[in-house]
Amino acid sequence: MTTAAPDHAPKYAQLSLPDRIGKAMPLLLVPVLVVLGFLSIGSTSSWLTLTVSGLAMGMMIFIMASGLTLVFGLMDVINFGHGAFISVGAYVGISALVALESWTGVPSLLLNVAAVLAAAVAAMCVTGALGWGFERVIVRPVYGAHLKQILVTVGGLIVIEQMIHVIWGPDEIYLTRPEMLKGAVTFAGTAIEKYRLLAVVFGLVLFVGMRLVLKRTKIGLIVRAGVQNGEMVEALGYRLRLVFIGVFVAGSALAGLGGVMWGLYQEVITAGMGEEMMILVFIVVIIGGLGSVEGAFIGALLVGLLQNYVAFLEPKLALISNIALMTAVLMWRPQGMMPVVKAK
Amino acid sequence: MLTNLLSGDRPRSLILTGLLLAILAALALAPFLFPGVRSLETAARICIFIVLVASYDLLLGYSGIVSFAHTMFFGLGAYGVALASTHMGRGFDALIVGTIAGAVAAAILALLIGLFSLRVRAIFFAMITLAVASAVAVLVSQLSGLTGGEDGLNYSIPRELTPAFKLGKLFGISITGKILNYYLVFFASLALFLLLLRIVNSPFGRVLKAIRENDFRAEAIGYRVVLYRTLATCLSAAVAALAGSLFAIWLRYVGPATTLSFEIMLDILLMVVIGGMGTMYGAVIGATIFVLAQNYLQNLMGVAASATEGLPLIPQLLDPDRWLLWLGVLFILSVYFFPTGIVGRLRAED
Repeated sequence: MTTAAPDHAPKYAQLSLPDRIGKAMPLLLVPVLVVLGFLSIGSTSSWLTLTVSGLAMGMMIFIMASGLTLVFGLMDVINFGHGAFISVGAYVGISALVALESWTGVPSLLLNVAAVLAAAVAAMCVTGALGWGFERVIVRPVYGAHLKQILVTVGGLIVIEQMIHVIWGPDEIYLTRPEMLKGAVTFAGTAIEKYRLLAVVFGLVLFVGMRLVLKRTKIGLIVRAGVQNGEMVEALGYRLRLVFIGVFVAGSALAGLGGVMWGLYQEVITAGMGEEMMILVFIVVIIGGLGSVEGAFIGALLVGLLQNYVAFLEPKLALISNIALMTAVLMWRPQGMMPVVKAK
Repeated sequence: MLTNLLSGDRPRSLILTGLLLAILAALALAPFLFPGVRSLETAARICIFIVLVASYDLLLGYSGIVSFAHTMFFGLGAYGVALASTHMGRGFDALIVGTIAGAVAAAILALLIGLFSLRVRAIFFAMITLAVASAVAVLVSQLSGLTGGEDGLNYSIPRELTPAFKLGKLFGISITGKILNYYLVFFASLALFLLLLRIVNSPFGRVLKAIRENDFRAEAIGYRVVLYRTLATCLSAAVAALAGSLFAIWLRYVGPATTLSFEIMLDILLMVVIGGMGTMYGAVIGATIFVLAQNYLQNLMGVAASATEGLPLIPQLLDPDRWLLWLGVLFILSVYFFPTGIVGRLRAED
């Protein structure tokens, strides 16, 4: 008498259509918002201008937010000092641009872009190094204690911001963009600022690059696995601490990059600019879902577009519109659109 | 009797008792001990900030909730009084209506924010309060028709509380409405502080501490954590609004910079942490030290900066405008090395 295993045919359950739509819902929000903007604004040329500037703003916010959300997802650390890195990046980048006057003053696209890239690299190096020090000195003693983390990183924010005043003086600094990035290109009867286009392209490249690193490389795999279950990754023999420091440094460098881009966009920098941007960054991280890069990307585009549309239609409601967006998203999904980290 | 007043929460340290008594005496007799407009201004500010910081301590120190919207509630109370005085004309009825309206509005707003974000993690709450508070600050400065925008509002308060009202002399000091106003601030602050002491030493406060230590276990014992946290947020917001109303009555002016700015939020954080989280008396010590430093230490720094004129970098570091830098450093150090602040240190020694 042989005992046979009970018959069973393993089945792979397909997600039902509503489920799949539910997963893709956040992706649809951006086009929906763009169409809504078109309907409520009416004039094609204004709409195009606003959409491009909204996308540009969104990309820059995404660059600032991605580092924050990754660090949070991986190590459960919230860094309120992130805003200070944004300001430091802007100041370092602008100082570099001033030093490279001979490259920015001439109307040659190659030299101008090279100058901006050099400024970005300088800013990223400085803020990355700052992030490394910040992690060692400020964050390391308070892993796992959220309350202390918030307090200590706010303290770090204050100190770094004050140091900016000490080094660069207390006044805001006005700047001009490099020659070739001034002005606008005309497209379909609409003037679109060159710099905004550059920012959009840059942000897209960065997002695609980040996704590729996270999805296709081994280090990305370790980072994503670490977000899901850090203990298990360590048990498998990976030194997650090192990975984490790397992510923290990269996130700080991204904050610095975002700071340079934002400074060039606004053409003025202040020590408090990072603190102001942090509010939008937090909204983006909350909307996107803590720890999610894709969520932060969609959230940033939503925030940028909405801010620009609303500022055109009802100037006074621009900031409130973002709070309204956040409220609406949280009513729909209390953990944000695409949360990666389980609510603990 | 005294123990009852303090809700059984004695200072438990000789030095601390001495300090608290000295502060109480100095504030109670401020118009007679330190005559002069500036010192009275400082004393009133200390009274108000003690209440504001203590109400924040109810959240941070006793419930383990980090909120960045505390100045928003403070501002609500201040603007309540300002708007009522502007629209109802000068009078005590306007002050009362404005105060109550501000406190109720603050509690309702805190309830809404709490319902949204207290069920998820503490970090969520911190971020959401930061976002909402900054949005409100921007809204207030933009709605200039209602709130006076960036310039704020000037309004009249009852004549009995202004310097124009004269009663006569006492101990060589002429008693004016300004001094009556100061005593209104002082006694209201004292009452609010004792009320907060009462709250944190009640069974309700005990539950808050339990939640702070371990919310999972508190839930398991059967306490509805979200309910308690929300209640604590509302109470703290209402008391902060009352402090704001006192501030508005005292200053006869409100503006976004003096009541809603993120700088004040940072000041409150610094005072709580340096004074001592979760002790209530920490608020008294922290606020007193901070306000005194703000008013008098900066002059010292200015002297030091000009004395080191020739050296590189040192004068910039000692510039009076840079005093927040040193406070920030002190703040970080106190979070690491004295998590219970000055009060905790003093209690540990006895």
